[in-house]
Amino acid sequence: MLSKTVAELAGALTRKEVSARELTQAYLDKIHQLNPALNAFVTITAEKALAQADTADSRRAQGNAGPLTGIPIAHKDIFCTRGVLTACGSRMLHNFIAPYDATVVERLEQAGAIMLGKTNMDEFAMGSSNETSWFGPVRNPWDHARVPGGSSGGSAAAVAAGLCAMATGTDTGGSIRQPASFCGLTGLKPTYGRVSRWGMIAFASSLDQAGPLTRSAEDAALMMNAIAGSDLRDSTCLELGFEDFTAKLNEPLAGLRIGLPREHFTKDLNPAVQTILQNAIRTLESLGASFKEVTLPNNYLSVPAYYVIAPAEASANLSRFDGVRFGYRCENPDNLDDLYKRSRGEGFGDEVKRRIMVGTYALSAGYYDAYYIKAQKIRRLIKQDFDSAFNDVDLILGPTSPHTAFKLGEKVSDPVTMYLEDIYTIAVNLAGLPGMSLPAGMLNGLPIGMQLVGPSLSESRLLNVAHQFQMNTDWHSQRPEV
Amino acid sequence: MALDKNDVEKIAHLARLQINDSDIVEVAQRISNILGMIDQMQSVDTSAVSAMAHPFDASQRLRADQITETNQRDYYQKLAPATQDGLYLVPKVIE
Repeated sequence: MLSKTVAELAGALTRKEVSARELTQAYLDKIHQLNPALNAFVTITAEKALAQADTADSRRAQGNAGPLTGIPIAHKDIFCTRGVLTACGSRMLHNFIAPYDATVVERLEQAGAIMLGKTNMDEFAMGSSNETSWFGPVRNPWDHARVPGGSSGGSAAAVAAGLCAMATGTDTGGSIRQPASFCGLTGLKPTYGRVSRWGMIAFASSLDQAGPLTRSAEDAALMMNAIAGSDLRDSTCLELGFEDFTAKLNEPLAGLRIGLPREHFTKDLNPAVQTILQNAIRTLESLGASFKEVTLPNNYLSVPAYYVIAPAEASANLSRFDGVRFGYRCENPDNLDDLYKRSRGEGFGDEVKRRIMVGTYALSAGYYDAYYIKAQKIRRLIKQDFDSAFNDVDLILGPTSPHTAFKLGEKVSDPVTMYLEDIYTIAVNLAGLPGMSLPAGMLNGLPIGMQLVGPSLSESRLLNVAHQFQMNTDWHSQRPEV
Repeated sequence: MALDKNDVEKIAHLARLQINDSDIVEVAQRISNILGMIDQMQSVDTSAVSAMAHPFDASQRLRADQITETNQRDYYQKLAPATQDGLYLVPKVIE
């Protein structure tokens, strides 16, 4: 029961095969059983969950329920949750009880989803392995010696291990898609501005987007129906009316044109990953899609440009953590400067401090044009590459990650190696486009995903293609033995 | 661009971050490696390209200038390490 999709669970709730309370209790029991080994949850909100479950059961009894009413969810600990610890993977916020709910959290609660707790993550979402968390690393449910990916690693591990039915994530450079690939899930990073960032602790504000981590494209569509849409509290949130992301799931793929970026299918791509992608391409061809090569000549510049823009924005966003108004404060400061420097020096981990310093350097007098403006110009070149490609094709298919989940400790000592993990995903954030990862195969007992990228606001099309692929393959139905 | 100890100290001061003396050499090395990777950007001619700050080149939307929030000072200040009479307390700045 616990590894069923949201759509299947909604059916079971409607048919009264299970109550929301029973379902919630079953997930809580499984969390207590498995979380000590996985470290996917950092906070478990059992009491609140059971109260929400009772509300969901009465809503269902009154015939006042939507598809998510009574479905247990986990929230990445980057989302503010009123009255509940919101630590963002950091010692800096180890005592931060959020005074309000993020829009995403509020909307999922209105839809009747039940919050089981908050999930572990790389500190301030800065990482690709979940190893930078103040709360310790998360284990991949497929192999406990491996990372779940990051930064939404706790959310991905929790869904993959059947500790919740669905989870929220955020994606600044690949932080939904790469963990989805490593854990065998469907993960969607929406178009920039599609989902409100209000109450989502800011990392790089021109890149951050929230999205679903689920067991199927249909589930991702159901979550998008709840979380997408305009919000007056986020001035970068696009003003769009309600879109039903499930409406086009069953459209046929005949006539669909898919581009394969020349730069992603080179001899450098792992041959086993290449074979898995070729098999996926054949499946989609059999469903009516046609393929052609496209080119993204500036993709190789996406990691360098990102590691200027994201740290620059982070250095500004994280200046709010000063030890004065909330969060960690050092012991016995000598003076105000000492209070700032030691609170931040002790409250932030090494990776966060590195990025703040890179960003501070890139924005400092004398270097601003050479780094920050240069990176913004390259950002435009990267966006233009996508615009040209989408003149010829409807969407782009390629790898999500160069390989399957790597081992804990394998890459953590070299930041640049870790940064290159996101070579296929980062350009999508720089261009503000929607991208998703869905399971495409298994390699030595580990899942691996493929990435679909579409033009702005093409989420319904991406979900349609993913759903049709999932109706004809069973990679997304594989579950780890837990 | 390789950074030395002085560079790291200057950046850490600008960012108001305490870095332990014993860590500075390693921090300088790692940040230098990151900047080396970033420097790939300099090989591209971007003189004819305009900078892009927002994925859709959109400008910030403005709302009507009306008071929409209620005063929740006391509620928010419960999170603070130290307050008094509605003010945040920090070490004495002026003797």
